[in-house]
Amino acid sequence: MLLIHCPYCAEERPETEFAHAGEAHIERSTEMNALTDEGFSKFFFYRDNTKGTTFERWRHIHGCGRYFNAARDTVSDKFLTTYKAGEPKPDLSKLVDDQTNAGAKS
Amino acid sequence: MNAPVLIQPNRIAGKGRLSVADPMRFTFDGKTLPALKGDTVASALIANDIHLVGRSFKYHRPRGIVSAGPEEPNALLGIQRDVARHTPNIRATVQEVYDGLEATSQNRWPSLKYDIGEINDVVSPLLSAGFYYKTFMWPRKAWDKVYEPFIRNAAGLGKAPVHKDPDRYSSQHEHCDVLILGGGVAGLSAALAAAKNGARVIICDEQPTFGGALHFDTDIVIDGMDGFSWAQQAMAKLAAMDNVRVLTRTTAFGYYAQNYVGLIERVSEHLSAPSADLPRERLWEVRAKKVIIATGSIERHMVFANNDRPGILLASSARTYLNHYGVAVGKNVGVYTANDSAYAAAFDLKEAGINIPAIVDIREHPNAELVAKAKALGIRVLTGHGVMAAGGKLRVSSMSVAPVNGGAREVIPIDSIIMSGGWTPSVHMFSQSRGKVAYDAAKSRFVPGVYAQDCVSVGSCNGTDDLSAIIDEAIKAGEEAATYVRPNTSQVSISIEANGGNAWEGTLIGAAPGAEAGKVVKAFVDFQNDVTAKDIRLAVQEGFQSIEHVKRFTTNGMATDQGKLSNMHGLAIAAEALGKELPEVGLTTFRAPYTPITFGALVSHSKGALFEPTRKTPMHESEVAIGAVFEDVGNWKRAWYYPKGGEDMHAAVNRECKTTRTNVGMFDASTLGKIEVVGPDAAEFLNLIYTNPFLKLGVGKLRYGIMCREDGFIYDDGVVARIAEDRFHVTTTTGGAPRVLNMMEDYLQTEFPHMKVWLTSTSEQWAVIAVQGPKSRDIIAPFVDGIDLSAEALPHMSMAEGTICGVPTRLMRMSFTGEMGFEINVPADYGRAVWDTLYEAVEAADGCAYGTESMHVLRAEKGYIIVGQDTDGTVTPHDAGLDWAVGKKKTDFVGIRGLKRPDLVASGRRQLVGLKSIDGRSVLEEGAQIVEDPNQPVPMKMIGWVSSSYWSENAQKPIAMALIEDGFNLMGKKLYVPMANEVIEVEVCKAVFVDEEGGRLHG
Repeated sequence: MLLIHCPYCAEERPETEFAHAGEAHIERSTEMNALTDEGFSKFFFYRDNTKGTTFERWRHIHGCGRYFNAARDTVSDKFLTTYKAGEPKPDLSKLVDDQTNAGAKS
Repeated sequence: MNAPVLIQPNRIAGKGRLSVADPMRFTFDGKTLPALKGDTVASALIANDIHLVGRSFKYHRPRGIVSAGPEEPNALLGIQRDVARHTPNIRATVQEVYDGLEATSQNRWPSLKYDIGEINDVVSPLLSAGFYYKTFMWPRKAWDKVYEPFIRNAAGLGKAPVHKDPDRYSSQHEHCDVLILGGGVAGLSAALAAAKNGARVIICDEQPTFGGALHFDTDIVIDGMDGFSWAQQAMAKLAAMDNVRVLTRTTAFGYYAQNYVGLIERVSEHLSAPSADLPRERLWEVRAKKVIIATGSIERHMVFANNDRPGILLASSARTYLNHYGVAVGKNVGVYTANDSAYAAAFDLKEAGINIPAIVDIREHPNAELVAKAKALGIRVLTGHGVMAAGGKLRVSSMSVAPVNGGAREVIPIDSIIMSGGWTPSVHMFSQSRGKVAYDAAKSRFVPGVYAQDCVSVGSCNGTDDLSAIIDEAIKAGEEAATYVRPNTSQVSISIEANGGNAWEGTLIGAAPGAEAGKVVKAFVDFQNDVTAKDIRLAVQEGFQSIEHVKRFTTNGMATDQGKLSNMHGLAIAAEALGKELPEVGLTTFRAPYTPITFGALVSHSKGALFEPTRKTPMHESEVAIGAVFEDVGNWKRAWYYPKGGEDMHAAVNRECKTTRTNVGMFDASTLGKIEVVGPDAAEFLNLIYTNPFLKLGVGKLRYGIMCREDGFIYDDGVVARIAEDRFHVTTTTGGAPRVLNMMEDYLQTEFPHMKVWLTSTSEQWAVIAVQGPKSRDIIAPFVDGIDLSAEALPHMSMAEGTICGVPTRLMRMSFTGEMGFEINVPADYGRAVWDTLYEAVEAADGCAYGTESMHVLRAEKGYIIVGQDTDGTVTPHDAGLDWAVGKKKTDFVGIRGLKRPDLVASGRRQLVGLKSIDGRSVLEEGAQIVEDPNQPVPMKMIGWVSSSYWSENAQKPIAMALIEDGFNLMGKKLYVPMANEVIEVEVCKAVFVDEEGGRLHG
């Protein structure tokens, strides 16, 4: 069971308190009606399914109820960071460096 | 009772740590045998000179005890405490004897000594690796009648218990600074170091006593005392500390993400009459900041012909039996080894008075000191020799010895062989933690390489052989772990003085001499799955290159022992056959559980009534009292129908439907999902969530709303009431409440975060009583205060707040039946009182309560859909005939763009229509397929399916709804529903069967 850091509660809590909510940073257009078929299918159907670092949404459904974003490595299952909804994607190169350093320390 | 003293022929007086003052009795295959307290079933059997304990899985070969620990592949027994407590496949080497234990051998018929299945050993050429995939292929027809029954009959080990498990299991979450897996020298040293430095420590070991290898290695002296005594003292010291939890009989079975480790504690399996208060097993789910893995290593067997004969076992296990249990494995014990450890075992046996006719060592030049010591003890040492085959069948009787490089064979009579192919570090937990192993070529073993989690391996599981080095490494790990989790604590150093441990040299992986390629012998690699060296070569010969494929084809390492003895041998043989270096072939993946665990422990309390919550409405008990039959709807118990005077469901539903339309009926609608949507932007928000327009909905008005996903398909529906300018009472389907709230929260938090709206689930807060039918107003009127119930003041689809029976209510004039009706929302705590009062009035008026079945019929008579029954996630509002509910002037709502997708506006979509059975009596089956031409060849083109179907007592005919291609354009068309025995003719119609104009709603 993973431990997930909720950026709103500022606590690490067990995975069972959370619900996964798909890929992050997919913005719903404010002009939905004007989207082309291609634009809509990109928005709705296409996902990156990355091997490696992925940006994804989680909801602290059995906790504060908030949706937030996470950067997670889909190979090692490790969370690089979690951050509040609406915040920009974190700088990946910096995160990976932090991980390497943390790994070297332990 | 004065039972005669039973002799235990192999129990050696003065040896071992068990006391003759604690005798016990158990039975094996019905025969009563003596044992001592502290014995395992295996040690007690060997004490009674019983080695033959089972038959092998495939060939039914006689099998004995191979080990003295959890790695045991052979000695699997059925253990029975009483009729309901029978557990198959228990390792005799792990199960402790308690007084009265009943053990039964497995996989034999009619008896262990005379087994019919033994024929498999003779016909074994037909049963080579992969025989399943080859033998049962042809003829196809034989599969059902011959092959499958045969395989099912032969499959499986042991007998499954037939009774429900009567035992209780427990589970517990635990957090600690340092979790230490293993209570041998390394684990104990690490625990002492970590605990002395203030860390909160949990240390566990699978055995009843701590000590690990100190159980057998009596050459070791630690802190001035013999190693085993030191271990007991260390354990006692730890147990007395407040910051330490010591768990015996506790196996770490799984290592999961972020130092989450599963432990199983066997709480009462060793007790003769366990207290009813004790669980059988306890699951510990431990989250540790640091894990120290001190799981030791496992001795390997030698792969030679007939190495599976009962009486052949691992050298250090024989030493455990002698030094811990005081049991010699035989009277005349041969030794076959590639490793020094077998010498130590031979010396101990010899010194206990056991005859050791020869030590056969495949090495030309083993340790000279050991050879000299053997000779001094009068033991013959044959270096550069191998055991070419073991003789005997139900018990090993001889070993056939020859020089490794060829030469004459000498047959040496023995009654037991002890063997050692060297030691395999137990990297199971490390590997489960996703660490990558590294190959130590010098010693032919895999050791921990790259770590993936916050853990460290110490001792022999880390490839550390020297005793002092093990202790130093463990103390360092313990101290560092404590400092790591508590960086501000000043470090306390401890020292442990140890002497006498020998770093044993020598290794053999793969087939021993005499079992090489080309030799037609049964030299077993995996005892439990009957995999021989030849089978692994065959797999390679047949083209399997990956060790993972070889494993699955041969089933090597796939038995309940998970290849603890066999994996390295299998790998070496495959590598040799492939002509590759061993690390290139790779190791198969270690998976949880380390040893078998019970489902009971995993399930723990989550069974029966505690499996999942049961949700009951506030009126539940009143419904029980009036005879309701309930159905499960999700977690809810819902009143299904209310039979009277011996009615069956059909009769009850007919009466309920008829009474509701002609008089009055009441229905418990409390399970509906309810969400309170509040805030200045609430109307704006709902306008985006629903397809319908919501901005202009007046206060006190209701609107039926449809919710789509972005792809344009119906997600949920329900009635929304505007309580105030900034407050809405939203209802959802019974099952839909959580996902609707989740979706609303999602949009509110992430797409429309600028909106000032708050969402609150109120499903449990409101009890809802629907009163429906022409007399509904008359029924409720006497109890209502502060609300004008007249059609003018409170028309269909409006609501008002007031009181009913003196209780505050949100009274909604609405209908899911097509009749004039009210849905009375009252605070949940008052639900039952209001229900009881209204029910009395309904009954007095010859009305009735109706259940969910009648609710379904009544709504279907009106063509009202149920999301999830008449929709399936591919139905748009237009398909469902609800185009009117989509706001045409709206510039945005969830699904607005999806609804314009080419496929969703194309012709030929399935549309929801009504169906009449032309014969006027056939009730269609829900889910039945519909075709245009019943005479077309199979497979027919199906143009749709029946989504709802009932007998309508009110319409006096069967009614149905169906999703049919282009259905709206097929009105009046005759279609067909082919069933198993008949074809039913139907006619497409509008999905309204009662009161097409809808006048009854407005009474």
